[in-house]
Order: sequence, then structure tokens, then C-alpha cells
Amino acid sequence: MSFGIPFAPEQASSLAPGVDHLFYALLAFTFALGIFLSALVIGYSVKYRAGSPADRSGERSRSAPLEIAWTTATLVVAFAIFAWGAVLFMGREHPPADAIEIAGLGKQWMWQFRHPGGQREIDELHVPVGRAVVVSLASQDVIHSFFVPAFRVKQDAVPGRTTHVWFTATEPGRFHLFCAEYCGTEHSGMVGWVVAMQPEDYAAWLERQGSGDTLAQQGEKLFRALGCSGCHENSTAVRAPDLHGVYGRPVALANSQTVMADERYLRDSILQPAREVAAGYEPVMPSFDGLVDEGELQMLLSYLKSLSPKEASP
Amino acid sequence: MSERIGAVPATYMGEGSGPRAWLLTTDHKRVAWLYLVALTVFFFLGGAMAVLIRVELATPAGDLVSDDAYDRLFSIHGIIMVWFFLVPSIPATLGNFLLPLMIGARDLAFPRLNLASWYVFIFGSGFTLYSVIAGGVDTGWTFYTPFSTMFSNSYVSAAAFGVFIVGFSTIMTGINFIVTVHKLRAPGLTWFRLPIFVWTMYATALVMVLATPVLAASLILIVLERVFGIGVFDPGLGGDPLLFQHLFWFYSHPAVYIMILPGMGVVSEILPCFSRRPLFGYTAVALSSMAIAIFGFLVWGHHMFVSGQSAYAGLVFSFLSYCVAIPSAIKVFNWSLTLRKGEITFETSMLYALGFLGLFTFGGLAGLFLAALAVDVHVHDTYFVVAHFHYIMVGGMVTAFMAGIHFWWPKITGRMYSETWGRIAAIVTFLGFNLTFFPQYVLGFLGMPRRYHAYPPEFAFWHILSSAGAVVLALGYLMPLFYLGWSLFRGPRAPDNPWRATGLEWKTTSPPPPHNFDETPVVDGPPYRYPLAEDGA
Ligand code: HEC
Ligand SMILES: [Cu+2]
Ligand SMILES: [Cu+2]
Repeated sequence: MSFGIPFAPEQASSLAPGVDHLFYALLAFTFALGIFLSALVIGYSVKYRAGSPADRSGERSRSAPLEIAWTTATLVVAFAIFAWGAVLFMGREHPPADAIEIAGLGKQWMWQFRHPGGQREIDELHVPVGRAVVVSLASQDVIHSFFVPAFRVKQDAVPGRTTHVWFTATEPGRFHLFCAEYCGTEHSGMVGWVVAMQPEDYAAWLERQGSGDTLAQQGEKLFRALGCSGCHENSTAVRAPDLHGVYGRPVALANSQTVMADERYLRDSILQPAREVAAGYEPVMPSFDGLVDEGELQMLLSYLKSLSPKEASP
Repeated sequence: MSERIGAVPATYMGEGSGPRAWLLTTDHKRVAWLYLVALTVFFFLGGAMAVLIRVELATPAGDLVSDDAYDRLFSIHGIIMVWFFLVPSIPATLGNFLLPLMIGARDLAFPRLNLASWYVFIFGSGFTLYSVIAGGVDTGWTFYTPFSTMFSNSYVSAAAFGVFIVGFSTIMTGINFIVTVHKLRAPGLTWFRLPIFVWTMYATALVMVLATPVLAASLILIVLERVFGIGVFDPGLGGDPLLFQHLFWFYSHPAVYIMILPGMGVVSEILPCFSRRPLFGYTAVALSSMAIAIFGFLVWGHHMFVSGQSAYAGLVFSFLSYCVAIPSAIKVFNWSLTLRKGEITFETSMLYALGFLGLFTFGGLAGLFLAALAVDVHVHDTYFVVAHFHYIMVGGMVTAFMAGIHFWWPKITGRMYSETWGRIAAIVTFLGFNLTFFPQYVLGFLGMPRRYHAYPPEFAFWHILSSAGAVVLALGYLMPLFYLGWSLFRGPRAPDNPWRATGLEWKTTSPPPPHNFDETPVVDGPPYRYPLAEDGA
């Protein structure tokens, strides 16, 4: 900051310095190239302006070695930038195993977050400093996008599927949370704050929010209220798979394919059970599409995931 | 040509006046005028909306218009500027006028189709304008689903249908150009003697014909889902919202090249002329246009790195995006080297062409940031992207359009304009442009999301600069309206070849006769044979 004019966003996550290194490297490279080209064009324009005494004799010969060298050099730089960006990007795919999982839900026009302990907040997200947080994102209606500039993270929340974004806050403070994907009338009002706190403050904050049911417990209650348990827990009338340990394991399907039981699979099993039927079972499970909203779905998923040992997560 | 001196030659402009003679013409030169008038109206309409948007954004609070009005403003600004101005801009005006002249033909291959394309264009764009008057559309020019199909309460179907119809006019123009270049070249005008402008028109026409049907399909699917509830994109109906993005960008990334290749063609004519030297690396420039047109179809996924698309797909699209950058880099280099050892003069169109070179380069370099996956995660859907594509589309294409209009104005109208005013306008535009859009790069890096009606106050400084720039830029665009308008009726008569340029279009009179050439020209050498013998030293 100089004279109060901002030139760069705050760095407040473990990812931010890495992204910024690449950004500034690109800035240096593009400015060097841009200034070189500008100097070339301006230099020629001045030197070879009509009537100038500059020497114009001789052909403007092409030099093959020079052109090949120049093209390869650009290619090498371009691929180096690609690789650098790609390596950082692939880190998004692998959150640390001990990350706290928070359920985030976008809807026109607010963000709702639920912590593992069941604490719920709107347009604010409290996270501890120094601990990885995975936000699993869903949308109730249209596409939204979870964007925290200070963390250099962004991920669309797409209706009909679960997406993830993870970060580790490094600085305590309040940071902007924006919806970055245009979502209708109050798109620019779909903003909030991420509040990064020291771990002990975070623990105290969670405490203050009251200790009701955890997200998984809320899911378990739903599981009973919706009648899932009637089929899935040692029912005599219907034969349905035991859901303990299903998440994170490969499942054999009736059409003799095998799929990984990830969040997408669980979500589809609940909303479109006929699409992928577990091998050895009758396709009698009713669809719960329209009966559970995205928020309830997140509770159910949290419960089903809690039935698998932690290290099984895909 | 000397025998014409004294006699008043018949020109296409004098061939019958009155609305009938113009509205039912099949002369490509008059159809070009029909387009020019329509596009000028759309450009200033879209521009007026941009000015309103910038005035709104001069303060952090959303206080000038309501949020719904703001959403309608940026949506129609985008729709008008992309489909009713940029896509047809150079091809339908300069391309229509010059393509037959440059290849020594009497008209396009299908003159009636050409006129029909204009009516289809007017009908389609009129349909979309109706939706604006009826209540507007608020989906942005990108029509993302499921917002556009299931949630927006605005006139999406009408707007999308209008764009769908305009697509047909694009396809008609494309087919016409392709056939014309294949079939109507003058004797001796082999492919590698074609001016680069013709090459880029050809490449553009190919992309138009190949990509536009995909846009048409996706817009129709939107209308089907919206009106009949047929589930294609809405997950609630069993559809997939990302499918739309794939279809849309499969069209819209190539469309970016529809919107820039013609500009590249224009400056490839102007730079050699005012440097009095041949275009440097002709073959490389010609072939890189084709490379751009083809590889442009392979990178659409770079708009979707954070959309939930697989990370591995992201890797591939990022890699390919860097590959597409190469042909553009080759062109920039060859244009710059064209100046070398030249006898450079700085007429208005040359100033615009040099402006293009700078702005296109700085827009293209920003593309390197956007293609870098981890950086894109941060700047995607922020003002960084807004700045990037305005540098290419406005700084590049609109500047090239202005360059071309000034360069061929004497040929088109047979009149000269004031060089002084022209130069002032070119410089004002360049300064205003940078003042408007450079701050937006900074805003994007700071994290300012796009399509925001109100924003946190810490972004205000850069927004104010940008809004101030917009006023200067508007001035730069309004000036030509006046001095060119004056020139059209009062300007001094133009000679046949005021810039001492090569190219067949300069071999005929200004303005050309209805059938372009009294005798079919014969070509016996490569283009850009500068300096001309009469240049002297
Ligand atoms: C009418 C009995 C019935 C009810 C009620 C029911 N299910 Fe099922 N469910 C089944 C049967 C049978 C299968 C196996 C066939 C299939 O895959 O469709 C199944 C499969 C599943 C699977 C996939 C398990 C695997 O091993 O692949 C999940 C997850 C699941 N159910 C979750 C739920 C949830 C959550 C609810 C409540 C919202 C629920 N079910 C309600 C009968 C039922
Ligand atoms: Cu949103
Ligand atoms: Cu693109």
C-alpha cells in the first residue's frame, strides 16, 4: 500500500505466496517482453521516420537461426509457466488429511456454512489459523462461486453436484468473501467475511455458538425422520445395503460396473437411486429428489461419511 | 486511368439514390454501407450503456440505477457489442466492401445472399432489441444455465432467439466469403499473392461457418428448457449445467478469433503501406491466421478451470492455450519488424494501427496470466478478465476497425477527411482506452469480481480512474462521427490512391464504379511491393 492506494491483495493463506510468486514472475516476464516490443516499435518509428538520415541499405534479411532461437525460447518460457501453474493448481485436488470439513451452501443470495459440530452461520465463515479447512460446496439454485481474494481461492458451487475448495489461513483477520459467478439480482450483495482466528479463539467461538448436535448427528436424525433407516438398518421387509463403511469404497453395481462411492455417488444414490443400483439388490429405493433440500442433503452426506473410518475418504 | 481525368466517372454511389436503390441493392459496396450504418448505431448504443455502467461504478454504492437495471445494462451491452457489433464489424463492412475489390472481382459470389444476410441481421437484432424494450434481459451475454433457463425472470427467450437469428446472417456471410475467395480471384492471384486481409477474412469465414451452428444449438436448447421445461441443463430436470458452458465456449472461444482475425488483417495492410516496406514474414503471417482459426477450437475449457470441470481437463486446456499463443506472438513480431528500414509516416490510420499493436500485445500478454492455472483460479471472473478481453476486443478489434475505416475511407466515399482531427482522435482514443482499462487489471488482481453493481470502498480508487477514462474514450469515439460525417458530404475529393498503396482496390477509381473494374485486373506478383517506383529515393 502506498498513499492508501491498494496495488496487491492481502496474503492470508498458505497458497497465497505461491500464487503470487507465479503472478509476479509472469508480471516481470510480460513487462520485459512488452517493453522490449514497445521499444522496438517506438525505436523503429523514430529511427526510420520518413526523411530521417538512418541507413536503410541492404535487405531486411531473415535470420533462420535467430527466428528458431526466439521461437524456442518463447515456447520454453510458455511451457515453464504452464508447468508452474499446473503444479500449484493440482495442489487444490489434495487437501491435507486432517482438514476440518465445513459444508458451504450457496443460494440466491447468501452463503450458509455449517461446521462439523453443527454450528451454522450465514455470510460469515469462522476458521482457525494454521489448520487446513475444506469447504464442500453445494448450491440450492443457480451457479455461485466461493471466492476469497486474500486466500487466492475460488470454486464454483454448482447445483446438482458437490465441489470442494481448501485453504489454510495464515493470518488472523477478516477477509472478503465474494460470490464470483453472476447469479442474478443481488449478485453483488452475495458477499460476506471469512474470519480467521487463532485456534484457541476459534475453539471458544465454536463453544459460544452453543453445542447442539453435530452435523453428522443432524444427518442421523434426518436419516430416521425420512425413513431411510427403515430400509437400511436391519429391516426385515426390504433388503437394502448396510451403509456402514460404504463411503470411500468401490461399489459393485447391478450393471456389473464398479464405481467409487464418493460424494457424487452418495448424492446420486439419494436423488436418482435408479441410475446406479447396487449389485444384488432390488431397485426399490424411492427418489428423495424434491423431498430434501441441499442443506439437508449435506447433513445426510455428513452422516453417511461419518459411518466410514476417516482414512477411507477418497 | 489517365483517360478518366476530366470526365466524371460513374460511381457505385451515384447509381440511383433513394431508399429503394439502397435497400434493394445487391452491390457488395452498398450492402457494406447498410451494415456500416446499422453497426454504427449498435456501437454507440452499446457504448452508451458502457458509459452508464462506468458512471454507476464511479462510486462504491449502487446508487445510480437499481441492481436489476444494472444487470440488464451489462447484459445488453455485452450482447450488442459481441453479436451486433464485433462479430460482424470488419467482415460485414470493410470485408464486404473490399474482398471483391482486393481479389479483382465484380461482386461477392452470392450478391443476393449478401443482401439477405443484412435483412436477417436486422430482423434478429431487432428481435433482441424488442426484448430490451419489453423489459430487458439479465443473464449477461454468456446466458449461463440454470440461471438463464430456470431462474431469470427477464426476456431471455426473445433475446436468445434474436441472437440465434443473427447467427444465420453470420453463416451466410461466412459461406459467401469462402466461395468468393475460392472462385473469384483475378487471373494470376494465387493464394500466396493474396493480401493478408483476404487471408484473415477467409480464416474468419471458416470459423463463422464451423462455430456458429454450435451457438445456435445451445441457444435453442436454452429456449427449449425455458419454455417447454425439457431438461438439458437444469439438474432439477436431470440436466447438467456445465454442458451449457462447454457448448457455449466451444463457440465463444473461436468467436474471439472471429472478433480479432479481421483486425489483424487490417493492420497487415496498413503497416506496410505507411512504412513503405513489404510485410515482414508474409507466409508466416498468412499461415498463422489459419493456425489460429484451427487451434482456436481446442481451448474452450480454459474458461472453466474453477467450474467443477475435472482438474486434468484443466491441465490439457491450459497447455493448449499456451500453444495458441504462439501464432499470435509470431504475428506481433512480424508486424514490428515490418517497420524496420522503412520510410515511416504517421497518418491517422497508421496511428490507429500502431495503437492496435500496443493494445493487442498488452491484452494478449494478460492471456498468459489467465492460462496459468493457479493464477486463473484467483483472477477468473474478476476485472482482470474484463480488462483482458477489452484490450483484445476494443483495444484490438475496435482500434483496427477505426484504422481500417480511416485507411479505406477515401476509397469508400471518394472523400478525404481532416488528418489533424483524425490524429487527435486516434491519440485521444489510445489514452482514454488505457486509462479506462489498465486500472481494471489492478482491480482484478485485488479481487474485484465482475458484474458487481456495488463494491467495497477499497476498490474505489481504481474504479474512479476507469470511469474517468471512459469519458475520454467516449470522446475519442465520438470525434470521428463528426469529422467523417463532415467529410462524407463536404470533404475534398480523394484521388484514386491517396496513400500510394499496393493492392487491387487502389487500382480502380475512388469511389469505385458499380462493377468495380472496367477491365479485369491481372496480377503478376506478390502483394506489398513497397516502395513503389514513384516513391523515389
Ligand atoms: C424403500 C427402502 C429404502 C429407503 C426408504 C431408502 N433406501 Fe437407500 N437403498 C435401498 C435399496 C434397496 C438400495 C440398493 C439398491 C440401489 O442401489 O438402488 C439402496 C441404496 C442406497 C445407497 C447406495 C448404497 C450402496 O451400497 O451402494 C445409499 C447411499 C442409500 N441407499 C441411501 C439412502 C438414504 C440416505 C435414504 C433416506 C433419504 C434411503 N437410502 C432410503 C432402499 C431404500
Ligand atoms: Cu451468487
Ligand atoms: Cu477462450
